[in-house]
Amino acid sequence: MTLYRDEGVVLRTMRLGEADRIVTVVTRGHGKVRAVAKGVRKTKSKFGGRLEPLSHVALQCWAGRELDIVTEAVVLDAFRSVREDLSRVTKAYTLLEVVDQVAQEGHRNPRLYEMLVGALKVLDDQDVPLLVASFLLKMLAAEGSAPFLEACVSCGSAGPLVAFDQVEGGALCASCRRGRSVSPEGLALLRRILGGGLSSALLEPAGPLADEVTELAAEAMEAHLDRRLRSVRSNPAG
Amino acid sequence: MYTAPLQALIDELGRLPGVGPKSAQRMAFHLLKVAPEDALRLTEAITAVKERTTLCPVCFNVAEGDLCDMCADTRRDPSLVCVVEDPRDIVAVEKTQEFRGCYHVLHGALNPIEGIGPDQLRVRELLTRLDGDAITEVILCTNPNLEGEATAMYLARLLRPLGVRITRIASGLPVGGDLEYADELTLGRALEGRRDVEA
Repeated sequence: MTLYRDEGVVLRTMRLGEADRIVTVVTRGHGKVRAVAKGVRKTKSKFGGRLEPLSHVALQCWAGRELDIVTEAVVLDAFRSVREDLSRVTKAYTLLEVVDQVAQEGHRNPRLYEMLVGALKVLDDQDVPLLVASFLLKMLAAEGSAPFLEACVSCGSAGPLVAFDQVEGGALCASCRRGRSVSPEGLALLRRILGGGLSSALLEPAGPLADEVTELAAEAMEAHLDRRLRSVRSNPAG
Repeated sequence: MYTAPLQALIDELGRLPGVGPKSAQRMAFHLLKVAPEDALRLTEAITAVKERTTLCPVCFNVAEGDLCDMCADTRRDPSLVCVVEDPRDIVAVEKTQEFRGCYHVLHGALNPIEGIGPDQLRVRELLTRLDGDAITEVILCTNPNLEGEATAMYLARLLRPLGVRITRIASGLPVGGDLEYADELTLGRALEGRRDVEA
């Protein structure tokens, strides 16, 4: 058994026994870690609210065989503005769910960790309508599955591109159309997010365009993970 | 390994939460040894809880017969409704002896990652109840964790147009706790919710 320290974001918690929880944390140096927080559900627990999902924490853990054991936790950022706003907390849930799916246990992925912390900081500053879409698309790009949007992914013709199918891997022209239809504005916004215009794309207001792009990004991520994103489908703030 | 009825008992006990195969074996052998009437009391208790308890049609607490004890009690104030996640939370609130209103059990909390949305909770029933009864205040008494807070925020937004007073239980430090070990979030809220001291 060895003791290690790391920083991470709590992705989810699961009840264990009478008063414990298993916390799933994506860390900077140890990938996804599952650790037991003993006594955390008691009111007088030394962890208190530190190991709630969404908390950015510095941890000290005992490395165990199956599960680690959290010995100390210090909050780096609790993202309080996110927690206290239903619309933002719903977005944060999607980020946590996707990172939980993509991150691997024992496989460090500092970039994924940095992306999550960065996105949560942006969300803590303000409720950005396109945050989830941008995060999902950037993650697809980091995973090597960014959709191809420059020409028809099936026949290579320059366009006009009218449809989007993640199984094909991008946008499609009228003669090859499959999947769902996509508006020219939606396509342009997707290109901006993936092509270096992220900061301006994040300023886009909420509305049908943002909804379309968010829906497209969620479908693309679902196709990549081969799994439905529950937090997108049961949106209480929607 | 064991004779069939004993093995069946071990298997059934082993399906209880927190009971492993070894504990199940110990319990089974204990039941084998005790007087028949003691063992039968257990079977009767299990049968009774499965056959005689239902969910209260008003507040969805566990009830024997038609209404639960809380809703049937006429001394309680029906205009005050405390919304909790689980029937066990009612017991916790009751122990304080500070609350004389009625309850509403949601049977869970919003958890998008687990796919639990408002439709999986008794939210619609709460709305119906607010529509009919003369309720003046709803106390959101869900757990102070991410899911519970999200549920409270959701309910607050949903109920606000109905014109009833909506309150959230206070959040702060436990009695007998230690400031040094309090986490930032809890201590922050405790400071935020401070109140004047009566001299």
